[in-house]
Amino acid sequence: MVVPRHGRCAGPPASEKPPAAARARPGVCAITASATRPSATAVGDLAVELEGITKRFPGVVANKDIGFPVRRGTVHAIVGENGAGKSTLMKILYGVQRPDEGTIKVNGQVVNLHSPSDAIRAGIGMVFQHFMLADNLTVLENVVLGAEKMHGIGPGARQEIQRISDAYGLDVHPDALVADLGVGARQRVEILKVLYRGAKILILDEPTAVLVPQEVDELFDNLRELKKEGLTVLFISHKLDEVLRVADSITVIRRGTTIDTVDPKSVNARQLAELMVGSELPSPSTEESTVTDRVLLRVEDLSLQGPEGRPLLDHISFTIHAGEVLGIAGVEGNGQAELVEVIMGMREPTSGQVFLADTDISSWDVREIREAGVAYIPEDRHRHGLLLEAPLWENRMLGHQTEEPNVRGFLVNAAGAKADTERIVREYDVRTPSIFVTAGSLSGGNQQKLIVGREMSHDPKVLVAAHPTRGVDVGAQASIWDLMRQARSKGLAVLLISADLEELIGLSDTIRVILRGGLSGEFDPDTVTSEDLGAAMTGAVGRAHGEPASGHEPDDQDERPHPSTDDGGDR
Amino acid sequence: MTKLEPRRLLLSVAAPVLALLVAFVVTSLVLVAVGDPVAEVWKTMLAAPRPRQMVNIVNSATVLYLSAIAVAVGFRMNLFNIGVDGQYRVAAFAGALFAGQAWLPGPLNVLLTIVVAMVAGGFWASIAAYLKVRRGVSEVISTIMLNAIATGVVQWLLLKVSRQEQGSNAIGTTPIPKSSRLDGFAIVPDATNHVYTLILLAALVGFGYWFVLGKTRFGFDLRATGRSESAAVASGVKVPRMVMTAMITSGALAGLVGMPLLFGQDFQYGTTFQAGLGFAGIGIALLGRNNAIGIAFASLLWAYLDQQSNGLQIRANVAPELVNIIQGVILYAVVIAYELIRRADLRLEQARVARELAAQSGSSHLGEGARA
Repeated sequence: MVVPRHGRCAGPPASEKPPAAARARPGVCAITASATRPSATAVGDLAVELEGITKRFPGVVANKDIGFPVRRGTVHAIVGENGAGKSTLMKILYGVQRPDEGTIKVNGQVVNLHSPSDAIRAGIGMVFQHFMLADNLTVLENVVLGAEKMHGIGPGARQEIQRISDAYGLDVHPDALVADLGVGARQRVEILKVLYRGAKILILDEPTAVLVPQEVDELFDNLRELKKEGLTVLFISHKLDEVLRVADSITVIRRGTTIDTVDPKSVNARQLAELMVGSELPSPSTEESTVTDRVLLRVEDLSLQGPEGRPLLDHISFTIHAGEVLGIAGVEGNGQAELVEVIMGMREPTSGQVFLADTDISSWDVREIREAGVAYIPEDRHRHGLLLEAPLWENRMLGHQTEEPNVRGFLVNAAGAKADTERIVREYDVRTPSIFVTAGSLSGGNQQKLIVGREMSHDPKVLVAAHPTRGVDVGAQASIWDLMRQARSKGLAVLLISADLEELIGLSDTIRVILRGGLSGEFDPDTVTSEDLGAAMTGAVGRAHGEPASGHEPDDQDERPHPSTDDGGDR
Repeated sequence: MTKLEPRRLLLSVAAPVLALLVAFVVTSLVLVAVGDPVAEVWKTMLAAPRPRQMVNIVNSATVLYLSAIAVAVGFRMNLFNIGVDGQYRVAAFAGALFAGQAWLPGPLNVLLTIVVAMVAGGFWASIAAYLKVRRGVSEVISTIMLNAIATGVVQWLLLKVSRQEQGSNAIGTTPIPKSSRLDGFAIVPDATNHVYTLILLAALVGFGYWFVLGKTRFGFDLRATGRSESAAVASGVKVPRMVMTAMITSGALAGLVGMPLLFGQDFQYGTTFQAGLGFAGIGIALLGRNNAIGIAFASLLWAYLDQQSNGLQIRANVAPELVNIIQGVILYAVVIAYELIRRADLRLEQARVARELAAQSGSSHLGEGARA
């Protein structure tokens, strides 16, 4: 399901975990990739044609000479790694940015898109990855907001929403309060919002990123419905298996340019991934276990009460030993961020304790915890990990501004910090012209390598890593995985929180799933499938289905809240 | 690659110069529009100051400098201490009251008065800091209101403690003893007046500001908080404590603003004590980009404009309030210019980094692909 970069033909990812095994049977995958272009179609059939789109854009990968046709009434996927230039291209198509060169044709007509309203007028609508809905308004109110002139704000609008919902099987109720809707339903409201404004071409930016596997299926059904009604869908993703399932045509973008447009029937995920990456795929697999019996991080019965009485963390307990990686899977917003904040001392738990080896650190503040040897790779490096407008060497101090070599007594030791930044840049392969440039001018991968280097430079005992490879390029992803493996073999206890199931399966010694603040039992990454994890992540199945594999004794608190209730579960 | 790039230096000088030009043009247009003599006005404004005026400019700049540094401490961590005005008046009153008692001999009285003023200014600022940390009240709102309250409280207390002077409507605190008055330095030749002794205090404060913010752990924490509060929290900065400390420091420095006036000119706190210095400080801190040296230049410019405007009424028959237009336009222009330059600078740097990396990988990483 959510298994990017693994070929369908190569067997389930878990079984090819040791890289050697995967390499041992390349023949399985050797169906010739006749990556043919879709057969030429009459111009009238093309909803969108891009030709020679070039956008020069400092700092990030620009678009150069992008061109491909999109047939009407199809789902056309655009795949590429993070930073390959997909978003820029979509912004160009939605009129947010203007191309430096090239033409865009919609329905055979050259269009000049200066703003999103131009795009809407041309029949192009965009569904953003992050929903833009007002929680305290109803669906109707959200839909008409900004489009009041189309069908009014009363019965006319309600009727129109109902009509669209019925026509495309969106199952949206105009008078439902958005706050009450789940993620999938909110996405359908977003889609409806775009359709309401008369869009015939829909751009969906990473629509499955926020969805659990079951919701993804529903979304794909909706897309097929839209397609049947003659609408065109541009589907941006980097989850190849999903793309292969839903798309009629796939354009691969790499380093800002179109590599190829292929027919999903003629390629498999692995071939597609290689087109996307242009080199051998990195594998996150770890070697033999380095787990010891020395407990380094122990969390006991941790609870955190939310503002509305709903627990954000619900009696969480786990232990991580030296040399062990505990992976936490889960759909975002189920307590991952709060768990990290409590462990790092940024939030006080309502009850429960956190132990670093034998020391109770529950009441320590962030600085004490970090000084005691807890390294931290934050989920959002721009908000929590870096000072974007400060030079690299000051960023090297951040989080360790009380420790050698950054300070001497109460004074900043600029020379020491600079020298050590040079070392980190060298050893961790941070690509930068100098340590005096601002952190914001580096690419995401290099920023992350700087953070990892900084965190590993203070003899940590425990590493708390939240989404360590999010938004970094493939090269940096491979080196960050290497660094995590090194940390593990050096005897660190690693708490790895990730949304990338492949990363979790590949790096973890144990995987647990977090759902509405509660932790599931343990899964063995050698035997678990992403379907198992997906089911546990949604809570759609009973606990028996997500039952851990053999060899691990589930902890007592393995009581997940019931999926049907929203009042904090049935603990 | 060095830290001090000529490009950056040029950019940071270009902005204020550009702002001055814009102010010149806009003010001229205003003068033309209302039919005032443009040439006369600029001749007066740009005439070389006489020695006596030079001293006035330096003295005025000293006071403005202290005010701007007080504001800048807050700015460096994204705190808008609009309350320097109230803080310095409360502090000057408390200091004058204390100094007037003459409990201590000469210089000791001066030193302790300075401490008292800092405590008073810090205390007044701590009210806003407490409200922000504990109650989430925006410091902008609370400090503005505290300014108004300071006015009332000081007036009221002044009436309680002061006697009306003979032959005047002005009231004030007991004048400080002769032994505690500071004569100042006669550094400008041919001037009958003296430069405030406490210009040394301003220099010390400027140096301390540069040192503490740039060279100490505390300064790093403060600047980190200003650049990104969320990143500072994650790095272990206790932001509420930082807000308290920065706000109280700002208030304590604001407490110094009235000291040169008290010991070098007025010798008491009364109804004629100079007002509005706190607001000028906000503009000067912006103009000086929160930089110790930059603020010094900005203070001198401000003081120069103030001083030169005095002659406008007599020489050009134009109200000296014209200077407020000039100062206002300078501020607007400079703030806009700084922001534009900051953005351009970030973009240029990103482009340069991308370019240099592309050049690097072109020569050394060619063909290694993404795995390198």
